[in-house]
Amino acid sequence: MITAERKSFDQIKESIKEFESLLVLGCGTCVSVCMAGGEKEVGLLASELRIKNRLDGRDVRIGEATIQRQCDQEFIGPILETARKYDAVLSMACGAGVQLVAEMLAPMRVIPALNTRFIGITQEEGVWVERCRACGNCVLADYGGICPITMCAKSLVNGPCGGSKGGKCEASNEKDCAWVLIYNRLKKQNRLENIFKMFMPKDYSTQAHPAQMVNEAYLKVGVEEKHGK
Amino acid sequence: MGSSKFQEALQSGKFVVTAEAGPLKGTSTTELEEIASVLRGKVDALNVTDQQSSVMRLGSMATCHLLKDWGMEPIFQMTCRDRNRIALQSDLLSAHVLGIENCLALTGDLPSLGDHRQAKPVYDLDSVQLLWAIKRLNEGYDIAGNELKGKTNFFAGAVVNPGADTEAAYELQIIKMQKKIEAGARFFQTQAVYDPVTFAKFMKRVEHFKVPVLAGVIPLKSAGMARFMNKNVAGVFVPEQFITKMAEAENKVKAGIEIAANLIKDLKNICQGVHLMAIGWEKKVPEILKTAGLIS
Ligand code: SF4
Ligand code: SF4
Repeated sequence: MITAERKSFDQIKESIKEFESLLVLGCGTCVSVCMAGGEKEVGLLASELRIKNRLDGRDVRIGEATIQRQCDQEFIGPILETARKYDAVLSMACGAGVQLVAEMLAPMRVIPALNTRFIGITQEEGVWVERCRACGNCVLADYGGICPITMCAKSLVNGPCGGSKGGKCEASNEKDCAWVLIYNRLKKQNRLENIFKMFMPKDYSTQAHPAQMVNEAYLKVGVEEKHGK
Repeated sequence: MGSSKFQEALQSGKFVVTAEAGPLKGTSTTELEEIASVLRGKVDALNVTDQQSSVMRLGSMATCHLLKDWGMEPIFQMTCRDRNRIALQSDLLSAHVLGIENCLALTGDLPSLGDHRQAKPVYDLDSVQLLWAIKRLNEGYDIAGNELKGKTNFFAGAVVNPGADTEAAYELQIIKMQKKIEAGARFFQTQAVYDPVTFAKFMKRVEHFKVPVLAGVIPLKSAGMARFMNKNVAGVFVPEQFITKMAEAENKVKAGIEIAANLIKDLKNICQGVHLMAIGWEKKVPEILKTAGLIS
């Protein structure tokens, strides 16, 4: 999932201070799982803002809504009319969601309430860790299912740097050296010979931004169906 | 095109000595010039570090060029941290044009260890791929396969950490060493060695590669420095006896020089040379070599 964390309350307050009405809009998918921007967090932030406004003697109308996904037009469509009744939307989605909502509501102002962090997994309750940098050319099969691009602080694909100490990474004593993990996994799989070959420089053109992805087959079927009708 | 003086020294079969000089932060080169004049004729080559410990300073290439003017044989250190594949290759072409013939390929420390912690790390190539890039440039091609008008002639080397502390880390160092050789490394300089017995075992493991290895030597300046390295520097282990000796010594400089010189004497029978990383003691290198009996 995409992980994100909420900006500080002060930062959020500063970014919305000019508005007299505001819709706090949550997203029910990734950011809901990582407890940053789902329905519950929308409720919390909205209440915090209401209390603060009351203390400051400001009269701001604050609404709440959460849709299933802010990265999908289909789910944003039904909320547009409600949203337009406010001065601005405070989106609690990842950066992609914020942008699509802003595009569909344009020129209305849509403000982000979260900092989008990474693609990761839930390690334990309340702890998420990065696992994939979306490099566009997955090499997990070569490294026993451990991503050197993400898990190694230097994205090294041909073996560790000289900074690995006690199985930990040069970056931090708290992070495992990815290459020690890769070695141990491949050894257990009897596939150590895998890392004896030289891996060529990675093709970063797959990461040219903004990236786009098209499902040709789906498009074709879609077109045929339209013509059939 | 001939071989570099450093390459010739290694091929002559003599026990080779390299030292290391770090450019300063700023444009002052007085200190470097002094170091060069002290070390001229005493060492076979002088490594110039590349933004060592991720601290921004004067560049390695320009410094190597100055060293040539001052009559020294430079080894141009190049890390993968700050440049993408275009800049790395271009800098190699530039270094060649400036008369630099030896290059040491390194991964490079993370920016978070240095004085520009917010910098974006690059690591577009890794050290194995950088060695391969040097090989391609030497052959007259860039790594995209385009032909060069005028090729380079680098004698390329790499580093290895013989003191890796876990089985995985140790085996990985040897695997990576082999890959570096296949990619074009023709000499190795190591992380600091303090235990010749363990190092001899490492040399046995890598003997069949038949690539010269210069053992790293860092002279101790104090017991505190030794403890600090044991705790923080990967693959460095200073035995307790040296720490005690340093702690008890009245003349720390003398004790540090003695330990380093004795190490060099031991290493002479184990590998093809030493690489002295004096970290501020560059001007004491001749005295260390003299005490070790390598120069008169
Ligand atoms: S190699 Fe790593 S970064 Fe690339 S797609 Fe696979 S998991 Fe993601
Ligand atoms: S210590 Fe390991 S994980 Fe950290 S940068 Fe070096 S090789 Fe990568």
